[in-house]
Amino acid sequence: MSSGYLAKRLLLTLPTLFGVIVIIFVLLRVVPGDPIAMMVPPEATPADVARLRAVYGLDKPMWDQFLIFLGALARGDFGTSISLKQDVFGLVVGRLPATLELALVSIVFSLIAGVALALIATHLRGRWPEWAIDGFNSIALSLPEFLWALLLILALGVLIPLLPISGRFDPTQQLGLATQFYLLESLVRGNFTLAADLLPYLVMPALALSLPLIAVIARMLKSSLQDALVQDYVLFARINGFSAGRILIRHALPNALIPAVTVAGVHFIFLVGGTVLVELIFSYPGVGNMLYRAAVYRDLPLIQGITIAFAVLFVLLNLVIDLLYLVINPRVRHS
Amino acid sequence: MRPFARRWNPRLVFGAIVAALLLGCTLFAAQLAPHDPMDQDLLNQLRPPVVMQGNDPQFALGTDELGRDLLARLIHGARPAVLVMLIGATLSGLLGMCLGLVAGYFGGWMDAAVSRTVEIFMSFPPMLIAIVLAAVIGPGLDTVIIAVVVIGWTRVCRVIRGEVLAMRELDFVASARTAGVSHLRIMFHELLPNLAPLLAVLFGLEMGRAIVTEAVLAFIGFSSSDVATWGAMIAGGRAYIYQAWWIMALPVAVIVLSVLGLNALGDGLRQATDPLLRR
Repeated sequence: MSSGYLAKRLLLTLPTLFGVIVIIFVLLRVVPGDPIAMMVPPEATPADVARLRAVYGLDKPMWDQFLIFLGALARGDFGTSISLKQDVFGLVVGRLPATLELALVSIVFSLIAGVALALIATHLRGRWPEWAIDGFNSIALSLPEFLWALLLILALGVLIPLLPISGRFDPTQQLGLATQFYLLESLVRGNFTLAADLLPYLVMPALALSLPLIAVIARMLKSSLQDALVQDYVLFARINGFSAGRILIRHALPNALIPAVTVAGVHFIFLVGGTVLVELIFSYPGVGNMLYRAAVYRDLPLIQGITIAFAVLFVLLNLVIDLLYLVINPRVRHS
Repeated sequence: MRPFARRWNPRLVFGAIVAALLLGCTLFAAQLAPHDPMDQDLLNQLRPPVVMQGNDPQFALGTDELGRDLLARLIHGARPAVLVMLIGATLSGLLGMCLGLVAGYFGGWMDAAVSRTVEIFMSFPPMLIAIVLAAVIGPGLDTVIIAVVVIGWTRVCRVIRGEVLAMRELDFVASARTAGVSHLRIMFHELLPNLAPLLAVLFGLEMGRAIVTEAVLAFIGFSSSDVATWGAMIAGGRAYIYQAWWIMALPVAVIVLSVLGLNALGDGLRQATDPLLRR
């Protein structure tokens, strides 16, 4: 991989991150609505407001305020939550593992289901399973995660009550885990009974997030599999008497995966963004769910911290996906 | 030119029916709804729809936890949804279209400025922007419309820019330039008509997304609280989901149908207007 591209790509994230910080600053300060008025209880006197204004540097010109804000961020100081009276950085970092675990389980779901559907539809092409899978894909793609989450709750939580509809674990249960990555830690420790207890809580939120991505992967992979199947090497394998299933999985699949993985990368970002709503609907204790609390209480420092956390996560994920794309696809390394 | 009737494809018909129902409910909500959507009837709480046991024929689709008629609330809920959908999708479509045209056509620093801004906006989850905006500005329908525009324009802009970027290299643009046609005229008279099928699809998608955004913000409690909204119905129904699942199921079904219908409308319009797709 050319190190020049790598350096350029890394440098390009800096203006984006700076822009993100500017937008957050402008959004939370210049938009109508006085941040101090949001902070203080209704019974505060004008003198209290003026004192707070000085404490937060809000009596200074906008430019000075921005520099103070940047300086605080550089020191890792995200302020103190107004509604929870705790350090914002600690709060966000404490909730992040739950969100990351949900996103991780969702991408694993999407990859397994997407690849499986594409293989089935290709293997049985021209017959009813192909039409069924095509139909499923177009419906899965046209509804957003908010509606999938509600439909799943109705279908699998209430009408056929198979799965829990809220939370992350049974509150009566002692988990005895050291980290917030409950499922991953229980798997690493080999405690499979605990993992089996935790998994049902993740199924519906993860499914709501994955359905659109499953459809994207299945669609992309199916079309690139069909392109691969008419190539000479497939014909050659067929002449050599290999079975259709073996040709599909051993010969066509590896070549067809690259475009599917590329598209999956872009949609994975959307999936991570979707956690905001899905966590709220399933009362799943991640960062997105905390945003709801912060928004209702108009907890400005917490809103700011969560927004920055998501933006940094997005910029980093974009970077990783771009670099992964370079690694798996030799043809674009020099484009 | 083919006869108009041949342009009607199944998607367009389905989309048009959904759009007509939405518009009809918006315009004639007061005439269509059998009750006032805010009227509480505490003797008739949590009534099921008429197809189920324990119903009251007075309430065709049942009542919610305060005894308010669900059918009336669904019909009246179309009003904020359609308002946000029409204004929000139009504004975000126009903004995205103009910036995408300028960025794709002129290129250079203008493209860099627009593209970088789009990239920065896309560094946030769209629903996070909507919720944060609503928290900062305060609840209300105007807040919902602002949120729809702020998160919607980037998607339109990116697609239009890419399309214009490819299109400006074509011969008809070059010949217009040599004929001395102004840049503005090329953009709006030469390029724009060619973008119409694509814009129809994007507009359909944005309308569907606007309805979802309105539902989400109303669900959280950031839309107008003076009118019945589908999102507020979902939030109310969620608390009674085990006793009366239909309270949540009905608005969810209506939103799902609306989104599918509006997407189909966009696709159908493209099929009807795109000469390449219409053989």
